[in-house]
Amino acid sequence: MIRIDNVSHRIGTAPILQGIDLTLLPNSVTALIGPNGAGKSTLLNLIGRLIPLQEGRISVDGHDVTTTPSRQLAKVMAILGQTHHAGSRLRVRELVAFGRWPHHLGRPRPEDQAAVEAALVQFDLAGLAERFLDEVSGGQRQRAFLAMCIAQDTDWLLLDEPLNNLDMAHARALMARLHGLRSAGRGIVVVVHEVNYAAAWADHVVALKGGRVVAEGTPHQVLTPEVLGQLYDMEIRVTELDGRPLILHHV
Amino acid sequence: MRLALILGAALLPLSLASVMIGAASVDWAHIASDPQAFLIVTVSRVPRTVAVILTGAALAVAGVVMQQIVRNRFVEPGTVGTAEGAALGLLAVTVLAPAAPIWAKMLVASLGALAATAIFLALIRRLPPREVLLVPLVGLVLAGVLQAGVTFIGWQTDLLQYVGIWLMTGEFSGVIAGRYELLWIAAAAAALAWFAADQFAILGLGEEAATGLGLNHRAVMRLGLLVVSVVTAMVVVSVGMVPFVGLVVPNIVARVMGDNLRASLPVVATGGAALVLACDLLARLVRYPYEVPVGTVLGILGSVLFLWLLHRAPARG
Repeated sequence: MIRIDNVSHRIGTAPILQGIDLTLLPNSVTALIGPNGAGKSTLLNLIGRLIPLQEGRISVDGHDVTTTPSRQLAKVMAILGQTHHAGSRLRVRELVAFGRWPHHLGRPRPEDQAAVEAALVQFDLAGLAERFLDEVSGGQRQRAFLAMCIAQDTDWLLLDEPLNNLDMAHARALMARLHGLRSAGRGIVVVVHEVNYAAAWADHVVALKGGRVVAEGTPHQVLTPEVLGQLYDMEIRVTELDGRPLILHHV
Repeated sequence: MRLALILGAALLPLSLASVMIGAASVDWAHIASDPQAFLIVTVSRVPRTVAVILTGAALAVAGVVMQQIVRNRFVEPGTVGTAEGAALGLLAVTVLAPAAPIWAKMLVASLGALAATAIFLALIRRLPPREVLLVPLVGLVLAGVLQAGVTFIGWQTDLLQYVGIWLMTGEFSGVIAGRYELLWIAAAAAALAWFAADQFAILGLGEEAATGLGLNHRAVMRLGLLVVSVVTAMVVVSVGMVPFVGLVVPNIVARVMGDNLRASLPVVATGGAALVLACDLLARLVRYPYEVPVGTVLGILGSVLFLWLLHRAPARG
């Protein structure tokens, strides 16, 4: 369980998050949605201890993110930030293998290698494993970073807009994969821009705007014309498909 | 792997040539019975060869480490002020405490190198990360400012000649047994980098990714700073700065092998040693029996190679 108690964050004098209280459950996919600048990424990065917490408390499975050693947290949660420019010239397999580093600290065991190979196959990267990261496409690079996170094999997975750069087939495959991990008992927190992915795959949706939680609940509770209209300041039609909301935001 | 074999194979004949070639003639047929020749080989030729190899290997590794902590391929200790910092420290201790023992000079030079590198890191923190070429430019500016300070103090204290040797023209003609052993400390620092190779490679992925994998970003940065400063200071103290090794060798190796440092650092070290050894031989031969400083040879060869690298790899960080 991830507990977020009264978390506020500011950059300079601009408030980014204000008094956030949330409880995120394992065994579920939680989607963070909201307009640009709502504070989604900041919240995710605070949970993932990528930026220091200014106010409030966050704990992941009982580990306080400010006091628990980073190396220990790396075995509890994996986080993929939004920007990963491949300045490094690593091969795809070498990058994915770094996902195992928190477990073996430089001495890979057979099970580490097996986990890397499995992650490469899952993300359709086996044929690209020996290519350098700066010699593959943006979507392929995104998949390589995702495979690294999966190889880290943690109870919690925090992903900031993982669907960036992915084509339809790989985007759906990723969501299905996350759904599978959730059924295996993991907790997934994912920032998504395309609300229909939240509608189709999330168990829990948190809507943020202006640094505050505007609504949270099941997709049916949050993804309504009223909430979405208020969230994005536009009129949005919502229908239903196979028992899930379908948001017609593009028409 | 092939690159490693080629470089390794080149190092042996280069070392042999380095032991054979020099101003004094050595009669190899009677080396065992001729005490004069034996002395030349054991006191001058072999130590010189070892010094060249240690310098080349350590500087190339320091180049890689600096490029990983800065996340920019176009920097090395000689172009961002580290060497000037070491010279400043050395100058300070020479002026203020001329009788200080060698270990004290070494320590102060290392601290100077450390301070200069830390200033450089602080300066580039504020640069937009996408501006790949601003980072080496800021380094060159800082190095220029520090060097101006060094030159001014050197001028005032009549030590300009020393400054020239430390910073402009690293050379090995003064190396004899007993006068180069500090370079082993540089080699030890480079070896330390190999033990943390994975951590430097992960650092190269950026602060976010490194933190996500549980790496103590700051601790690894500090280790990198230490390695770079100690290597540079030892080289400046014992033979003078040798330019471009830390820039050219890591770039060529990364192009072929990538940045998996666990595998590539030994190749980088071998390549650095081979390059400096080849240049030192050239420096001994172009005006035989006189010598030109190896720093001059590398300055010419290295800048051409560097321009070629800049031309080939425009926008990558």
